[in-house]
Amino acid sequence: MDLTYSPEHEAFRREVLDFLEASRGKAPRGRGAAQRPTAEAVAWQALLIEHGYAARTIPKAYGGYGASPDILKSRIIGEAFTRAGVPPGLQNQGISMLVPTLLELGTEEQKRHWIGPTIRGDVVWCQGYSEPGSGSDLASLQTRASEDGDDFVINGQKIWTSTAREADMIFCLVRTEPDKPKHDGISYLIFSMATPGIEVRPLVTMTGHAEFNETFFTDVRVPKSQIVGKRGQGWFVANATLKHERGMLGDPGQLESRLQALVELMRNETADGAAIMENPVLRDRLLRLQAEVAAMKFNGLRVLSATINDAEAGMARLVVKLQACELAHQISALAIDALGELGVLYDEAPHLRAHGAWQQNYMFQLGLIIGGGTAQIQKNIIAERGLGMPREPKPATEGGR
Amino acid sequence: MEFGLSSEQRMLQDSVARYLSDACPLQHVRDTAAAASPVSAALTAGLADLGVSGIVIPAEFGGMGLGLLDAAVIAEALGYRVAPACFVGAHVMAPLAIMSGGSEDQQKSWLPRLASGAAKAAVAVTESIMRREGAGVAAKDGQLNGTALFVLDAADADVIVVSDETGCQHLVAPNAAGVELTPLPTIDKTRSVGELKLSGAAADLLPRSGIETTRRIIDAGRVMLAADTLGAGAAMIEQSVAYAGQRMQFGRPIGSFQAVKHMCAEMAAGLEPCRSLVWYAAHAFDEVPGESALMACHAKSHLSEVGRFVARTATEVHGGMGFTDLAGLHYWFKRIGLDRQLLGGPELVRNEAARLQGWIAA
Repeated sequence: MDLTYSPEHEAFRREVLDFLEASRGKAPRGRGAAQRPTAEAVAWQALLIEHGYAARTIPKAYGGYGASPDILKSRIIGEAFTRAGVPPGLQNQGISMLVPTLLELGTEEQKRHWIGPTIRGDVVWCQGYSEPGSGSDLASLQTRASEDGDDFVINGQKIWTSTAREADMIFCLVRTEPDKPKHDGISYLIFSMATPGIEVRPLVTMTGHAEFNETFFTDVRVPKSQIVGKRGQGWFVANATLKHERGMLGDPGQLESRLQALVELMRNETADGAAIMENPVLRDRLLRLQAEVAAMKFNGLRVLSATINDAEAGMARLVVKLQACELAHQISALAIDALGELGVLYDEAPHLRAHGAWQQNYMFQLGLIIGGGTAQIQKNIIAERGLGMPREPKPATEGGR
Repeated sequence: MEFGLSSEQRMLQDSVARYLSDACPLQHVRDTAAAASPVSAALTAGLADLGVSGIVIPAEFGGMGLGLLDAAVIAEALGYRVAPACFVGAHVMAPLAIMSGGSEDQQKSWLPRLASGAAKAAVAVTESIMRREGAGVAAKDGQLNGTALFVLDAADADVIVVSDETGCQHLVAPNAAGVELTPLPTIDKTRSVGELKLSGAAADLLPRSGIETTRRIIDAGRVMLAADTLGAGAAMIEQSVAYAGQRMQFGRPIGSFQAVKHMCAEMAAGLEPCRSLVWYAAHAFDEVPGESALMACHAKSHLSEVGRFVARTATEVHGGMGFTDLAGLHYWFKRIGLDRQLLGGPELVRNEAARLQGWIAA
């Protein structure tokens, strides 16, 4: 057990802190992760790339900083920014999912064309994976791309396309070979959201906000060249990106800061003149959550350590999404209970706390438990891949598609 | 930067695990439980040969001079095999008490013998956490009076480390006049706890001891009990997965039913992060003084909760068989049950954690 940094990493940490001290004034206010980045955010991103604090390992040829991968340095950057309360570089699905996919499986032409503008924030992407009929069973997706000359012609519908309204481009899974078994008939296409035949409808969720959209395709023409990977290989291309998404959900640093906010709430809010913290039942729940957050924090360090040393983190990695999403939801639930009747206030209500964030998070985090692989799918993965338990036998009627 | 066990610690883990897998099959646990003492003489000797009895004792006194993380690795291995052996009180808490509170003479007199296994210690600290049944020990003029409950590793003790009501610690000889140490039968037949009655008993004060040293060994004990539960829980999950893969119903292994599979996944998802928490709590005990008491509380309380969940769920996965003595699963169930209650149950420990953070008045 050695939780210290090497001299090289310690020096790097100081470098990051010095940068933050000198440049924090240029950081944009508010994170606005899901929307189109503001000019301020784009300028900040450019500064971060220049110093290697964003797009750090993206090769210079594609507009990145070009450092060799060093997970610990990435973590040092993340931690320093979080501690300083300074917004990190842009975080969106284009950067976290499309760019790694192109780097792994894109053509040279695709890399040169798309990676630079994406990491700079000039091009915003949305993800076209889920469909109304294909959620957990994503590989059953039905959106058709039929051949017509040099084009694919796309018809169908996607759902949960966050940022579809702001996006310039979409990375999208479509069925190109309907006669093949379901996993083998899918292709991964990238195309402009301005292509004729695309309609985006906001999808209002239980939070009252439209964090997502439904996206409809009617005879949308896309040149065949805009495929990533080979035709029929889209499922495997997408799996390269899904693993990046699961890594993103369940960041222990976020759990710690939510818990800290809850601690402050329980120390500062009063009922009948006494701090909520004096209530032994609520306090006991808080401490239970604190222990769980600690466990997830150290579990995260263990996974990080295994990654650095090229070792298998195995089960420690598999459980992160399931555990962390549930824990985040429970933290919000306790905040609502600690607020008592005030906990139900919403919208622009007087007496509202934290702009209604606790209720909104409580609801949105339930969405995160369901999204990105439902809790039930996560449990299948943990049991089958982690524990080696037998798979569910396939019903005799279900053949290839 | 490396969060995890060192290669030396993994070797220690392997050697203890390998020894126990040979020397401590379930039949040995059953045989020991059926005998008069909950402690296996064979295991006591075998573990001493491996250096377990001197794990935390400095090399100058014949021990291995290792830290609490090393001890946690052993506690986990013992819990995994529900080993009927002394450890938490005898080989961790008692030596630590003598190391931190004892005079040079006391250390020279006891530590080499404890390290070699020639002598064995028990620990009486429960009343420093909470007093029940009118228990409590008072010191006056070199004599102790009162009662201590849940004396850890009471069986075959050659010396008892007793905390008095001020937190000062004393060495007491079990066979001295005015000392009565009797076993307390518990659900767990693999470990020994006792009740100590003292009436004018001669006591050898550990001169540098006090409430701080008592608290400190309680922290160590809590981390050890958490590690024990970690090992026992891991064993229960493994047995559940194996059983669910073999047991056929409706023409399929029951492990292929999601209802059963998800029970196993929930156990694994709950327990896996606990490993990192236990490791960190043990590491903090030696290296991060500011966090050590809080992390000991977190490890103890969280492992108690997850342990209880695993114990009941694993039993359910085994169906009716899990409820029988035939499967033997109940040894692990009870081991986890004892770990939970000793040295403060989760609610009590969480309240302490609140006090440590200044969330409520001390």
